[in-house]
Amino acid sequence: MSARPVISHHEESHGSFKSYTAGFVLSITLTLLAYAFASHQVARGWGLIYLLAVLAVIQLFIQLVFFLHLGRESKPRWNLTVFSFALMVVVIVVFGTLWIMKNLSYDHHTLSPQQASQYLVKDEGY
Amino acid sequence: MSAALTAKELHRANQEREAASKTLFGFWVYIMTDCVLFASLFATFTVLRNSTNGGPSGADLFSLPFVLAETVALLTSSYTAGLGLLAARRRDKNQVFFWFGITMLLGIFFLTMEISEFHKLVLEGNSWRRSGFLSAFFTLVGTHGLHITTGLVWMTVMLYKIYNKGVTAVNLKRLTMLSLFWHFLDIIWIFIFTIVYLIGVKA
Repeated sequence: MSARPVISHHEESHGSFKSYTAGFVLSITLTLLAYAFASHQVARGWGLIYLLAVLAVIQLFIQLVFFLHLGRESKPRWNLTVFSFALMVVVIVVFGTLWIMKNLSYDHHTLSPQQASQYLVKDEGY
Repeated sequence: MSAALTAKELHRANQEREAASKTLFGFWVYIMTDCVLFASLFATFTVLRNSTNGGPSGADLFSLPFVLAETVALLTSSYTAGLGLLAARRRDKNQVFFWFGITMLLGIFFLTMEISEFHKLVLEGNSWRRSGFLSAFFTLVGTHGLHITTGLVWMTVMLYKIYNKGVTAVNLKRLTMLSLFWHFLDIIWIFIFTIVYLIGVKA
């Protein structure tokens, strides 16, 4: 039971000036890039949505690694395990909600009342 | 660790370190559950984003340069919080005050901008009562704002404790949790910036 290994373990999961600065520069770059893409509308509709979503997810992982030091802890990596589970729950909650609500959306703006009730009878068996 | 430490002292130091790492893990679990809370608010917002009830949409209400300024302020504050934590590891009290002081100023700047945006919306009759879209907007962005407020109060308390007792092991542990919390809020904001503002206005 020497103290040395414990101490060196502990130091590993820390950030350094270099890693924080790298994370900051990359994050600012991605933010400005997303802003420029959106304000110049380099793509339209879903194209722009996908593009901005990809930039946000890249920035998420940059900050997780450089600011939160995720995955740099010593084994067993419980932080990473809990993160993975939370990520799974988040994906299920968000995409599950969008999927269900898209199917339930009868879009009252485009359907007449007759069309809406026909749709209900056809799709939901009312 | 100097050679002057006895075996007993080393053992105690190890025990304290282990307890601290358990506390940090517990705090990480809390942050992950907070993530799930925000996920449900993001899902609600996305479902309701076109439910304007004949009222204004995101494109009518939001100013992107204004939000970009908020974003850069919060992102910079996340960076300075990291530098503050590095200073705390060096037990450099002055640097801790300097970096966390800047973090607090940027946080207050961010919060002031957010409150003035909310204030303007409410004055123009576009409060949470106007439409489903605005209810979801105020809930999502407001919950983030409340977290930021909590973070600022916590930071004030921590600076007061460090002023009194210096960077002790306990204060270092609390400061580590605080900066985790602050980085987490910055990550949530990336998604608010992207989904609510950039996509809400331009796509």
